[in-house]
Amino acid sequence: MATSSVSKGCFVFKPDFKRKKVSFPIADYFNEGESLSEDSKLRFDTCQLLWQQMKSEAEELQEELNKNLFDSLIEFLEKSHLEFRKKSTKWNYQIKCREIPTAALVLGVNVTDHDLTFKGLTEMLRDTVTPYVVSLQAKECPDVKHILQKLASQLMGCCIDMESTEEEYVQSSQRKMHYSMAFLSTWYKSVTQKTSSESVKKKITSFSHWKESPPIVIILKDIESFSTKVLQDFIIISSQYLHELPIVLVFGIATSPIIIHRLLPQAVSSLCIELLQSLSCKEHLAKLLDKLLLTTRFPFKLNEKALQVLTNIFLYHDFSVQNFIKGLQLAILEHFYSQPLSILCCDLPEAKKRIHSLSEDQCESIRRLPSFMRYVEKQTPEKQVASLTDERFLKEETLRFLEDLHSYHENFFLVLKCLHAFTSSLPKYPLGRQIRELYCACLEKNIWESQEYEPALQLLRMLAKDELMAILQKCLEVCKSPPGKQFGGTVEKLQEFLVQFQKLEETESNEEENGSGSQQKGLQKTDLYHLQKSLLEMKELRSSNKKQTKFEVQRDRVVDFIDNLVRKYLSPPDTQTLYEVVYFTGAHILREHLNAAPRIALHTALNNPYHYLKNQALKSEDDSIPNVAPDICIAYKLHLECSRLINLVDWSEAFATVVTAAEETDPNSTASEEIKEIIHARFIRAVSELELLGFIKPTKQKTDHVARLTWGGC
Amino acid sequence: MFPLENVVLCRESQVSTLMALFGERHHFSFPSIFIYGHTASGKTYVMETLMKTSELPHVIVNCVECFTSRILLEHILNQLNCLTPSEDECTSHIACDSFNDFVRLFKKVTQDQGVDDQTVYIVLDKAEYLREMEANLLPAFLRLQELTNRNVTVIFLSQIVWEKFRPNTGCFEPFIMYFPDYSIGHLQKILSHDHPPEYSADFYAAYINILLGVFYTVCRDLKELRHLAALNFSKYCEPVVKGEANERDTRKLWRNIEPHLKKAMHTVYLREISSSQWEKLQQDDTEMGQLKGLSAHAHVELPYYSKFILIAAYLASYNPTRTDKRFFLKHHGKIKKASFMKKHEKTSNHLLGPKPFPLDRLLAILYSIVDSRVAPTANIFSQITSLVTLQLLTLVGHDDQLDGPKYKCTVSLDFVRAIARTVNFDIIKYLYDFL
Repeated sequence: MATSSVSKGCFVFKPDFKRKKVSFPIADYFNEGESLSEDSKLRFDTCQLLWQQMKSEAEELQEELNKNLFDSLIEFLEKSHLEFRKKSTKWNYQIKCREIPTAALVLGVNVTDHDLTFKGLTEMLRDTVTPYVVSLQAKECPDVKHILQKLASQLMGCCIDMESTEEEYVQSSQRKMHYSMAFLSTWYKSVTQKTSSESVKKKITSFSHWKESPPIVIILKDIESFSTKVLQDFIIISSQYLHELPIVLVFGIATSPIIIHRLLPQAVSSLCIELLQSLSCKEHLAKLLDKLLLTTRFPFKLNEKALQVLTNIFLYHDFSVQNFIKGLQLAILEHFYSQPLSILCCDLPEAKKRIHSLSEDQCESIRRLPSFMRYVEKQTPEKQVASLTDERFLKEETLRFLEDLHSYHENFFLVLKCLHAFTSSLPKYPLGRQIRELYCACLEKNIWESQEYEPALQLLRMLAKDELMAILQKCLEVCKSPPGKQFGGTVEKLQEFLVQFQKLEETESNEEENGSGSQQKGLQKTDLYHLQKSLLEMKELRSSNKKQTKFEVQRDRVVDFIDNLVRKYLSPPDTQTLYEVVYFTGAHILREHLNAAPRIALHTALNNPYHYLKNQALKSEDDSIPNVAPDICIAYKLHLECSRLINLVDWSEAFATVVTAAEETDPNSTASEEIKEIIHARFIRAVSELELLGFIKPTKQKTDHVARLTWGGC
Repeated sequence: MFPLENVVLCRESQVSTLMALFGERHHFSFPSIFIYGHTASGKTYVMETLMKTSELPHVIVNCVECFTSRILLEHILNQLNCLTPSEDECTSHIACDSFNDFVRLFKKVTQDQGVDDQTVYIVLDKAEYLREMEANLLPAFLRLQELTNRNVTVIFLSQIVWEKFRPNTGCFEPFIMYFPDYSIGHLQKILSHDHPPEYSADFYAAYINILLGVFYTVCRDLKELRHLAALNFSKYCEPVVKGEANERDTRKLWRNIEPHLKKAMHTVYLREISSSQWEKLQQDDTEMGQLKGLSAHAHVELPYYSKFILIAAYLASYNPTRTDKRFFLKHHGKIKKASFMKKHEKTSNHLLGPKPFPLDRLLAILYSIVDSRVAPTANIFSQITSLVTLQLLTLVGHDDQLDGPKYKCTVSLDFVRAIARTVNFDIIKYLYDFL
């Protein structure tokens, strides 16, 4: 780059911002495949629209779930510093006021999700309670100095928002002074005096009594990572200034509140801790699944394997709902990217329009769908010909299938929820405790053919009446909730059952009396033999009488009814024609992207370089090492054969042997010395690369040896 | 102004010693005085009231707040500058970077304030924090009188004995004074002193007597006792307020308050529940049932593999490495504990605490205790790291990740047993100590 300067020197060129902005629109990635451009654009738009809807739904749910927690936090804030605001002179206030009100938020171990919660919390507090909200992270606060600095800068920051005139004053004083609590307290006094004399702040209207002295809320996001000393000092300092600064602490706890006692053995006595617990993340996931997947609102669905991958990552690894949502996003993106027919994956009226404008290629790809082929095979020859050649006929068929699919889903989820209502109360949960387990089972295969289904039904046939009635009531609510019309028959049937049970209740009381009377008669004083005999008889009698009570007959009818519903509606989605349009099937893609295995990848790369390099020369059938392989691969393979300590000389010799194996062996030639040196250098480089990758490290246990850091292979 | 004896109780001898040391206003006093004693033995309070009642020119600084020496020095100077508040100078801020500047500015300020003819007292509370600041600070404060050539006395207040302060290089020895702990009689007298205005002193004294009877065995901290007294007094008055008993009816009042105080000892004293919750309980008169203490929430929900990682870490921390073969190999043969136990291992590993273990050992144990195959995915490694951030594991020694990191498991046996129970893993069977 040219400069106008005459002298030599270093010049700084700021990057040209205009050039940076020419970025590749994301939509273009959809073009790269085989399909047409306008089609891919539409698919991308559909995908975006769908994702936006699902995202906002998920966010809404999150807000709704957080609401409880936030409400109780606000209530807590309202209670705290009551005396401070009233300037109370009550007798025991003098003694107690050294306690800092502290809210301990137990948020669960999914630390990555906390950020979102805290963000929502900060916004909400700023809007409703106080402008002075500070959030601190452990890594920003290695000592008290940093805590106070952060505190001051954030507090002044929120003050600047409202009173820009004060900016200069703040800036100038920032230079001069180190932040100390004393400085903050004078600042607070000046700010509150100013605002109280001025007009009432617009934002904070709901809590009028906070106008004069809004509390300073300090959020410590990850209390576990703070060091004891820093936290303790900070709390001691704050408690000393509590008369002047209404400080409220909020601890974000990932594990359990006992950590407070462990972290603060002494300073805990100057805290007034209140515990607030958020919803467990498992319940959060269940609600999320219910909102996003177990509904006909969104056309997109996951197949059994993909759903398993996502839930397994959640349950086995991170407990993070945000990660789950990200995984879902990936699935949606991948589905719309890889499946050309995903263009039809939208709500029904829109899909109808799109079917009419399907191109020839798209029709062809419909014909090529396995589920469609299966369907065609079952048809009469004329129809087969029609659907394979006539485009209009095909479009009609497609529309019909999509409608079928839609109503299939409607029924599917209702019956699924009913079945879950029945089975979730069974002992040992033969069909799973959570609805997602049941859902997975239903997605996989015919649920009624599974091993657990029959025993579950057997258990259902033993339910007590009140339990059964409660379940029926629940089912009724489930079926009534959507404005569906096809399910009317079921609702009536369920109501009928309920009424019958209620009737039974009345009549049964009479019967019971009779029954107990007859039993009394049977048990008279006799000797042991007779007693046994009579007991046996009674048992037989009872078993033969079993089907006699009306309740049992009725119960069997209910179970049969449910059984019929299940068999009718809960067939897995791959039995449906055109299910490929809405179901995402690439579980392996999700697994590769979301649950990466770097160690395995590294091992594969080093052990079998062909896997990544695709060079024919590297292909080896057995475990032998081709000498054309990269040096590091050769060194790696050789080191696999060693035990914990590796002799460098042996290793280097083995390396040289492998490398020169195929080349002409001419030890006496003059060039060999030079070649040897080159090989030696190559070996050293390979070894240091392995060290960098963390496979070996130098050791002092033995001279000329290195230690292996991995195991296995020998 | 109250006479000193009425405000400062049970510290008569210390006060008289100090008064004797201080002498008249213009007398030179001892250059530095070091006062130590347990928490809540009245050090700060005595100094504050002494200074205020005798209206001596003084500065009181709490060293916790001053995390740098600069703040400390500026704090002292600025407070000195404001000693006579009538003047306008208070608003100007004095900047001071080093002790050298401090000495210079100190002379100037005392002159400006017109206090150079009388003793100026600088009280440094929580003086133990001085030890962590610059090395020259403590010796310089000790001989401030000599350095500034002014009539000044520096008083250090600390909970730690002087021997722990003395720098290696030697220094000026201060006058050392000890504030002994209050006896039960003292406590009784002091606590009874601040009775609420609406009740008689005798009534309150009787209450304090009962309170001390319950709490004296576990707590002698005056602050803590005052706190408890304030918290529970309303409950004590309850029968009187309701008219069920009069103020003289000590026996009845005792029967009312005693179980209540015992309950307080197990809850609010241990900060299991906060004081505000405790007060709410008192008002509502509900049972403790629905309000659980902090330690009732010990349960931590962890992802499935995290549980196993934690169990594996616990096993690796508390089992000797040699025994891994016996626990985790299928055909380990019959190895009895006695035969392979070395002499020094007879003491329980649980008494010795967790031992560090390398990452590889953790993974090896993890693979053998999980039923299904676990792929060493990035998620597993990140789970180990997040367990470290949750303080359930700790990283030992250097933090070079490539060089084979070592960890320790920091959870208790009860905790890990609770975790193991949720995944149906009988951890006791795998622990060497319980063989």
